[in-house]
Amino acid sequence: MFPIPIQKRPFINQISYRILIPISLAIWLIPLIGIMLTSIRGLGDITQGNLWGMPSEFLLFSNLKDVFQNTPMLSYIINSFKITIPTMIGAVALSCMTGFALASYKFKANLFIFFTFIAGNFVPFQILMIPVRDLTYQMGLYDTVTGLVLFHVAFQTGFCTLFMRNFIKALPNELFEAARIDGTSEFNIFFKIVLPLTRPAIAALSVLIFTFIWNDFFWATVLIQGHHAMPITAGLKSLNGQWISAYHLLSAGSIMAAIPPVIMFFLMQKHFIAGLTLGASKG
Amino acid sequence: MLNSDTISYRKSSWWKLNQQRLTPWIFLSPGLLLFLVYVIWPIFNSLYISLLQWDGLSPAIYVGISNYIELLDDEYFYISLMNNLKWLIFFMLAVPIGLGLAIFLNQTIFGIRLIKSLFFFPFVISQVVIGIIFAWFYNPRGVIGPFLDFIGLSNYAILADENFATYGIIFAGIYPQIAYCMILYLTGLNNLNTDQIEAGRMDGAKGFSLFKNIILPQLRPATFLAIVVTVIGSLRSFDMVAIMTQGGPWGSTNVLAYYMFETALSEYGYRMGYGSAIAAVLFTIMMFYILFFIYRMYQSEKKGL
Repeated sequence: MFPIPIQKRPFINQISYRILIPISLAIWLIPLIGIMLTSIRGLGDITQGNLWGMPSEFLLFSNLKDVFQNTPMLSYIINSFKITIPTMIGAVALSCMTGFALASYKFKANLFIFFTFIAGNFVPFQILMIPVRDLTYQMGLYDTVTGLVLFHVAFQTGFCTLFMRNFIKALPNELFEAARIDGTSEFNIFFKIVLPLTRPAIAALSVLIFTFIWNDFFWATVLIQGHHAMPITAGLKSLNGQWISAYHLLSAGSIMAAIPPVIMFFLMQKHFIAGLTLGASKG
Repeated sequence: MLNSDTISYRKSSWWKLNQQRLTPWIFLSPGLLLFLVYVIWPIFNSLYISLLQWDGLSPAIYVGISNYIELLDDEYFYISLMNNLKWLIFFMLAVPIGLGLAIFLNQTIFGIRLIKSLFFFPFVISQVVIGIIFAWFYNPRGVIGPFLDFIGLSNYAILADENFATYGIIFAGIYPQIAYCMILYLTGLNNLNTDQIEAGRMDGAKGFSLFKNIILPQLRPATFLAIVVTVIGSLRSFDMVAIMTQGGPWGSTNVLAYYMFETALSEYGYRMGYGSAIAAVLFTIMMFYILFFIYRMYQSEKKGL
């Protein structure tokens, strides 16, 4: 193990390590703690510059009430779910299929298609922006949730294919061969053998895509204009313009935007990390 | 005359013969089609648009490379390019800092799992929220206020200072990136080969020499991935700039990604052709890294086959 386990170190080191950990954590989280403290304050504290001391009033709930009553926050949150969940399902479903095709069949264009997916996944968004916006417009889907979801599904399929293909490739090939000799059709190999085995990969991709799409800001700005379809990231940005000095409300709104991905991460931590690290372990 | 049995028999035997060959294409087609329409075709279309003068509505005029020639004389283009370079250089710090944090946290004490997750927190949260947090953080009347008073810089607003605003945004941008690199390295440290380390320790390797000669080589896959995602993250920097300064003051914090957006889709005009030319430059820069990444993957694929 590296570094040497702290338990094998002198007692004094053990104690100082245990003291150092919470201190460094507190320093690391200062920005987040700052915004949480701000969200419970009233305007009075903020104009007086009382930001680190005791709040003179505890106003978290009244701030939240303010945000929900005076802004379309609730509709932003609902839109975020309406965009995120279909994208998650769509991209994972498509990439199970593409991943299976690229992992278990040998054909000429195989690697070329695989690398096309990977390369497309890394391009800067700006090179896609104008044509995608045009295309969405021409399909009559500009400023709609559907238009945004379609693009997200297409783009995320690149990343998901990379992940799925590598995952399925690592499954023992003998399983498929044995099934083929038994006369199982290719479709049944996919549905009865591959799909059940890819469950961990599906879980990992679902949490990752949820977080990516929930946090997307760029495409929401490019493809959505009105509040009726705006997700919470774009909504926060427009509130940011309106509430120049109402940081207590902005903080409360930001916390609302942060909660769903944070919950998702805590529930599915293991899968989330497995997804992010891709194969950092095997290379 | 063929009866229906023969037909279905023939059909199924044709399918049986070609099943192996056709199945991958059946499985590929929906995903691949969507990807071609929404990702691959737009790249080429953008490259074409960069040769046009077009406001998105009236008929486009073909102008050849004149958009690119105009770029060469555009002061804001150079400012954005320089800022991208700053992002790239400073963002790389996220890799060693992430490694340091990972080593610091790679212990088994009570509650360490929760502590690691809390360290990872900034990455899970939207960049929009991180941007708002830091804008508030930097506000001289905000969170950092008391500290500024303490060091005698009362009322200093870094985001309004054209010389330093970019660094303020980069600092905010690095914050989640460090968390990402940390998690990559934590996974890497978890998968170290214990025998090699013990053997190294037997041979008297300690501290830095152990780290350099035995640990770091084993962490290479993690390092590779960390560098790739950090480079790409730095070139994709858009959200933070949009939230924190919108390119200001006086364009001093612009980056190519944001400048392109501003040129093509904001109140500054709808110059699709010129915007696409900026995007094409960004794309070319990124392509080097993408090709490098793909080359590496291709090598390991060849080994695997």
